[in-house]
Amino acid sequence: MAINFRKNAAKALKQDDIQINLKNVVSRLRDHRSAAFTDAALFEQLRLECKSIRERAVFRLPRLLEQLEGNLLRNGIQVHWAETTLQANQIVLDIMQRHQATFLVKGKSMVSEEMGINAFLASHGIECLESDLGEFIIQLANEKPAHIIVPAIHKNRKQIASLMHKYFPEMPYSEDIDILAAKARYFLRDKFCNAPVGMTGVNFMVAETGTLCLVENEGNGRMCTTVPPVHIAVTGIEKVIERLDDLPPLLSMLVRSATGQPITTYVNMISSPRREGEQDGPEEVHLVLLDNGRSNICGDMELQETLHCIRCGACINHCPVYRQIGGHAYDTVIPGPIGAILEPQKAGMDRYGELTQASTLCGACSEVCPVKIPIPKIINRLRWEAVRQDTCNVSGSCPARKPLEAVIWKIWSQVCSNPGLYRLLAQLVTRLRNCIPAAIWQGWTIARTPPKPARTTLHERLKAKGIDYE
Amino acid sequence: MNDTRKAILNRLNHYQLKYSGIESDAKAKQTDWGLEEKVKRFTARMQAVQAEVHEASLETWPEVLQEICHAKAINNLLASPSTRWGKEIYADAKRFPSLKRFQQPVEAWKTDFFNTIEAAVTGSAGGIAETGSLILCPDMQEPRTLSLVPPIHIALLEKKRIYNTLSEAIHQQNWVQTGMPTNVILISGPSKSADIEQTMTYGVHGPKELIILLV
Amino acid sequence: MKNVLSEKITTVYFYGTCLVDVFYPQAGVCAVELLQREGINVIYPQDQTCCGQPAWNSGYRNEALTVARTQLALFPKPIPIIVPSASCAGMMRVHYTEMFRDEPDASGAHDVAGRIFELTEFLVDVLGITLTDLGDPIKVAVHASCSAQREMGCATKMTKLLQQLCHVEVIEPENNAECCGFGGTFAVRQPEISSAMALEKVQTVLATGAHCVVSQDCGCLMNIGGAMEKQKQVMPHQHIAAFLWERTKG
Repeated sequence: MAINFRKNAAKALKQDDIQINLKNVVSRLRDHRSAAFTDAALFEQLRLECKSIRERAVFRLPRLLEQLEGNLLRNGIQVHWAETTLQANQIVLDIMQRHQATFLVKGKSMVSEEMGINAFLASHGIECLESDLGEFIIQLANEKPAHIIVPAIHKNRKQIASLMHKYFPEMPYSEDIDILAAKARYFLRDKFCNAPVGMTGVNFMVAETGTLCLVENEGNGRMCTTVPPVHIAVTGIEKVIERLDDLPPLLSMLVRSATGQPITTYVNMISSPRREGEQDGPEEVHLVLLDNGRSNICGDMELQETLHCIRCGACINHCPVYRQIGGHAYDTVIPGPIGAILEPQKAGMDRYGELTQASTLCGACSEVCPVKIPIPKIINRLRWEAVRQDTCNVSGSCPARKPLEAVIWKIWSQVCSNPGLYRLLAQLVTRLRNCIPAAIWQGWTIARTPPKPARTTLHERLKAKGIDYE
Repeated sequence: MNDTRKAILNRLNHYQLKYSGIESDAKAKQTDWGLEEKVKRFTARMQAVQAEVHEASLETWPEVLQEICHAKAINNLLASPSTRWGKEIYADAKRFPSLKRFQQPVEAWKTDFFNTIEAAVTGSAGGIAETGSLILCPDMQEPRTLSLVPPIHIALLEKKRIYNTLSEAIHQQNWVQTGMPTNVILISGPSKSADIEQTMTYGVHGPKELIILLV
Repeated sequence: MKNVLSEKITTVYFYGTCLVDVFYPQAGVCAVELLQREGINVIYPQDQTCCGQPAWNSGYRNEALTVARTQLALFPKPIPIIVPSASCAGMMRVHYTEMFRDEPDASGAHDVAGRIFELTEFLVDVLGITLTDLGDPIKVAVHASCSAQREMGCATKMTKLLQQLCHVEVIEPENNAECCGFGGTFAVRQPEISSAMALEKVQTVLATGAHCVVSQDCGCLMNIGGAMEKQKQVMPHQHIAAFLWERTKG
């Protein structure tokens, strides 16, 4: 079913506390990022390099996936392929059941959100415990993440304090952030120790060496990949890169763009399960490669740039629309500008097509994108795909072509390609400036007075001034 | 399973566009700072994220380690007896807190490990000046969890093994040619989070303190 | 293609844009006055209508193409085309090439695109205009449109011109890089979000305590000005051309 973005957004705009929390954090994230890129020329150079790395990887995707698989298998990591989220969930369930595991600890993973693994496993009596502090808070609140890097971006410390107190009444109430974090540590430490399975996402997969690379700050990700006897990594097929040499520039851009840090506390490069003679590390490592519509994006020169994304969230942080409404209004796994181009292509324009309207095309997103994805250009393209009548290059297309709108543009086009008619109508509008029915401005006048045409047109005024024309 | 794999790869191959081969020549310039500058940068970056950096020498480090253990009132110290550093520690065991070793697989003593070990000391495979990172390649002697589970992680790093950048480390350590270690970890400070109001808090799930002895 | 600036500029085309034509004609007249005062002969093709941007951004590409094609025919001489709007100038400079890529008139579109100048950009970079301030001391808030900042990179040109005026204090509102929420059809399709953005922009502009707000784009001005009016705020809004002309005409 199609989402109702406009309605969701209107609702979000009325939630004052979300508005305040969101805008505070967004402006901090922007400040942190800009402090990390003080040299504009260097930034441009680095993002050109990163763009070309991602471009090369996506162009060579099938070959790199096979190479990756070969190297992972050689290293002892098991590889699973899933067309759909259901298949991916089933793969995870099978592994859980084979180990008679009743719960797993999970590091932050947007692909696991995409899979809806928590709900799926719950329906089979298996619990997923989120261990990233932000995700932990979101899970307590029974919500979905509102941001891909800062899941609890819309909550302030007071709200988090009462949430924690509700679930852990034995611990004294506190709004101190150190204490709130300590509560999560206290609760989860035992879980890490006893978990039969750990699950995480992946930031980059290196085809050349068969390596899974994860970045994080808290150490919960390392706990999930290191302590339980089984580690399951889930990720999208597009996360592969060709060479180990491709990793340092991407890492640097990812982390700085996301949070402004020079590097995360932990960069975890996993190339093998526990080897003979080693005392720890998982006995089994599984990688689930999820397609779920991604491969369909590869066939178009312009659209495939969507897959270059490294999920830093910078476009989200800089989007003026996201800043007003937050992540939930999008009703997608990935919100913001990148979500607005990715989700309709993956799940179909009929469902998410409205998100292409969630942009003023201001260009703030592409200006900060570390891999130079031309997001406004792709939005423009998708708007076309949504209304065009000939062929169509995106799944579930053509839903937005409304007959009345199509007729209006047809008329507009007739008028504007007929100068005499245009001049006549423009003059007419100026003469009727006081008689324009207010109804045609609906929406506009929520916050603004109706625009009023001038007394005469520029055409008339310049003609009267005797400006030369040919 | 194989059908799924085939279907995905077939589709990708079918859709695959011709790679234009436009590879950017824009490669970040490789910096070379020299030893002193590298140490300075490494230290500054580490301190900026609340890590402690102590300068010592090949002769004095056991003494510095002893002082740290004393100052932090550490009651037990997890250390490998068979590494270069570990041998020296165990040879002079009486000056350190009660020494613990990873004698058996983690499963055999997980609860104990999680709940009683206060600090661990490890070596390191190198450092990175640009980002202020330690490179750890855990192995049979020094398991992965040594630098993760105990609340205090003390790491020894030889100054001469501080690389300018991660790229340099990758090349100097020959990871591609000789095969990646099972697990390479870059560590840049103690565990932290800014998930609440983008305000930094230290010591979330990993070590609360990271202490580096530069030798 | 010969560089349009390789010879001394004596004559230019003026492309007023449909928004200026109907809602802000005075801005267009002032822009022409400014150019003429610099000794430039201005040609205003009477057959101009709209650059096609509204349809292009709404996905109606055929309709946009039809309209844009009509505009291409208006500029036969190899001279600059001056546009008093960064948004429309961006459409013609950046997007015409893209939209005509597979069309038979691709080279014509490319030629026109190469001759497009946003007004302030032309005044500063090409004419090197010198302005003499004849007005009373005044504080002016500048609103840089998204197209001026990002697509055209000409937001600083407006500031440069204002800084030549000795009695004008230029103030940048806080969070100036943020979009005002106009976004063409966005204001109609997502009026709630657009309104929230406009109201916030109004707050930051009012907070400058300036006497008026100026911009290179009439779309933004219609949005910001309309929102101020709705709140019964009295800060006037003016296109940069109108402001400059009034301050310097004597």
